[in-house]
Amino acid sequence: MKKFFSFLSRRSSWSVPYFIFLLIFIVLPLFLILVYAFRNQEGQFSLENVKTFLAEKETINTLLYSIGIALINTLICIILGYPTAYILSNSKLNQSKVMVALFLMPMLINVLMRTLATVALFGFLNVPLGQTTLIFGMVYNYLPFMILPIYVVLNKLDKSYIEAAQDLGANPITVFVKVTMPLSMPGVVSGIMMVFMPTISTFAIAELLTMNNIKLFGTIIQENINNGMWNYGALLSLIMLILIFVTNIFNDDKETSSVGGLI
Amino acid sequence: MKSFLAKAYLWVLLIMLYAPILLIAIFSFTEAKVLGNWNGFSFGLYRSLFTLGSHTSLMDAVANTLIIGLVSSTFATLHGTISAIGIFNIRNKKIKGTMSTLNNISILNADIITGVSLFLLFVSLGVTQGYVTLTLAHITFCTPYVVLSVMPRLQQMNPNTYEAALDLGATPFQALWKVIIPQVKGGMVAGFILSFLLSIDDFEVSVFNLGTNGLQTLSTFIYADSRKGGLTPELRPLITIFFLIILAILIYANVKSAKQKKTSKA
Repeated sequence: MKKFFSFLSRRSSWSVPYFIFLLIFIVLPLFLILVYAFRNQEGQFSLENVKTFLAEKETINTLLYSIGIALINTLICIILGYPTAYILSNSKLNQSKVMVALFLMPMLINVLMRTLATVALFGFLNVPLGQTTLIFGMVYNYLPFMILPIYVVLNKLDKSYIEAAQDLGANPITVFVKVTMPLSMPGVVSGIMMVFMPTISTFAIAELLTMNNIKLFGTIIQENINNGMWNYGALLSLIMLILIFVTNIFNDDKETSSVGGLI
Repeated sequence: MKSFLAKAYLWVLLIMLYAPILLIAIFSFTEAKVLGNWNGFSFGLYRSLFTLGSHTSLMDAVANTLIIGLVSSTFATLHGTISAIGIFNIRNKKIKGTMSTLNNISILNADIITGVSLFLLFVSLGVTQGYVTLTLAHITFCTPYVVLSVMPRLQQMNPNTYEAALDLGATPFQALWKVIIPQVKGGMVAGFILSFLLSIDDFEVSVFNLGTNGLQTLSTFIYADSRKGGLTPELRPLITIFFLIILAILIYANVKSAKQKKTSKA
């Protein structure tokens, strides 16, 4: 009994329940994806799902199409988001914290509400729903997620580097290209992580933005799970998981990728 | 000139970003079924939203969202704070590293994968999905964010104060309550707000863990509603109200953190 109390009073042991919690609710579920992915409907080990995936041209095409849409979306978000983050973090151009909050706030509004509002806007402007509205809607949804990490990095950036470059005679363009841009790269990488992968895996957004005419990879996963094709759905989830894992190797800055910077 | 161009750029982008929400807000004040038609100004949609009985399923979904949001963010805050203190005090670097990697998995993971994997967990364990599983799922993706918000406060803390409290005769629980908690309170509040916002915002995890008993959260209700075709007009005032609430929370959080910075400077 005494031993038990001394165990409780060591603060490091307070993490034990969380460890068990993480094992049950994070590790075990991910492991189950792996198990289900290599099982057939009878519950035996099989490569049936892999074969189905390789034989079905449609799924692979959807995956490639989703990656394409995600690339375009990410690119537009960088082009629009980088200057925004730059202006917001530059004390000469913007001093208002409220302005920063306004740019980041949309990410706290329910994703379906935002998307429906966008669809309503397209309807109001008589724009037919299709690939263009899909890309526009995605940019609407994900732009704040690109702005935040770049802003966080630029804001923390040691201004003396820039002053040093100016003192050494660099013109503003050289300062930006040789100093500011390279130093802000971790933010851009985090931004890419927060935009690229979610674009591939969302399902409802694409459905609403195109009247269900265009499917993204996430839609196919959801349809399979909903229709009771758990094993095939698990395999597709596994593919998604591998994609996420691979892209995460390039991103080691966890601090900026957290939404926590907002509050 | 440069500053004018920069300002103009920001404002154009802001107007574009908020145009959809503004449109919804404007048309929440007219009773037309189809958005875009203006039948004259009225509070009719707001009234029918809050009239008991006329939109029970919608208001049920709102209630579920708020209850699950409050329960899961409260639990996540308590659980996450205790866990953060635990993780912070692990001396073994390897174990500490493993814990923070495990903590980051669900943050870096796509929501759909979290949703599907939890769905498979509940199915495999034979648990009927419903209120409990949905709340558990929300706690699962909220807690890591609380851990991440509390951790920096612990790092800023003087580690000797806890030991001092123990030396002066406090029990570990008293030392936790009187020494650690007051110093990490800011992180707890931030974690709680973030968890609550994440929870009420969530769609992709919820949709897989609702079960089949007709339980709906606001997101899944909107989704189901939009699939049926014509959107319920009462969603317009609802979206407007949510928008205003989030705006209020955000302004509150920003003003508070600005005040804290001022007092800490003084």
